Amino acid sequence: MKIARLYVSLKPDILDPQGKTIHHALEALGFDAVAGCRVGKYIELEFPDLPDEEINSRVEKMCDRLLVNPVMETWRVEVVEG
Amino acid sequence: MQFGILVFPGSNCDRDTFHVLKSLGNSVEYIWYRDTHTHEYDALVIPGGFSYGDYLRTGSIAATAPVMKSLQEDARQGKPIIGICNGFQILLESGLLPGALLTNRDLKFICHDVHLKCENCDTIFSSALVPETALQMPVAHHTGNYFADETVIAGLEEEERILFRYCDPTGTVSRESNPNGSVGNIAGILNRQKNILGMMPHPERAADSELGSADGAGVFKSMMECIIA
Repeated sequence: MKIARLYVSLKPDILDPQGKTIHHALEALGFDAVAGCRVGKYIELEFPDLPDEEINSRVEKMCDRLLVNPVMETWRVEVVEG
Repeated sequence: MQFGILVFPGSNCDRDTFHVLKSLGNSVEYIWYRDTHTHEYDALVIPGGFSYGDYLRTGSIAATAPVMKSLQEDARQGKPIIGICNGFQILLESGLLPGALLTNRDLKFICHDVHLKCENCDTIFSSALVPETALQMPVAHHTGNYFADETVIAGLEEEERILFRYCDPTGTVSRESNPNGSVGNIAGILNRQKNILGMMPHPERAADSELGSADGAGVFKSMMECIIA
């Protein structure tokens, strides 16, 4: 089995009030070395043992059709052995 | 005239909308999301609610439901279609309207009356509205912060497709009257053919003066005027 780990993030020019709030809370706890914080989504997709290129191409189609809204989000994927 | 109201798992404004349309003298039917025929209706409504529990992104799963394929065909043929709140989110996720809705600026679910300025009273959704009057109706959402890039916004302005903006009770569009952070105070937009409206506020919840405002009825009356005419 293989697992495609899909990371979906808000585009850099989209304001992320949740990330900002978490950043402030971290600063309040003394973690002042954090320069910024953005919150995104993590999705795991299980696949049978297909070649990585094949999985990448299928994930790309899924992102186009459903998993990602390109108006506000970007994504990247990594395929690992499950 | 005959209205069809789409019903998804998690829709919750379908009955309010049914009641309002019926009391205005229309024939109204519910259309289940698994059905694939919307063609026999004069106009379609995608009601508010939390279709599919807002999983993934608001409206994203509903946009893939079987009934949407039939609605897409109707949309291309110019049928009047209104999406309210979650219905607006579904229209955006379907690609029938441009842009996206983000979490409200203040991260809160907001539920209160707002005022709206109608920017164009020459559409099938606004012909019965009184120009220059601030309309009063409620919003109830967590994801209503309209966003589109500058090019899209410029196109919407240019083609007079921004139908409603949040304003104060006097009709002035201001930063203070923007409840959720929407670009340009945008509360409702049209597609290029102007047969599809998506809006965050709820006209069906303000269609009876006993509920505090009947301004919302004007949106449905406009649709009725255009179809009967």
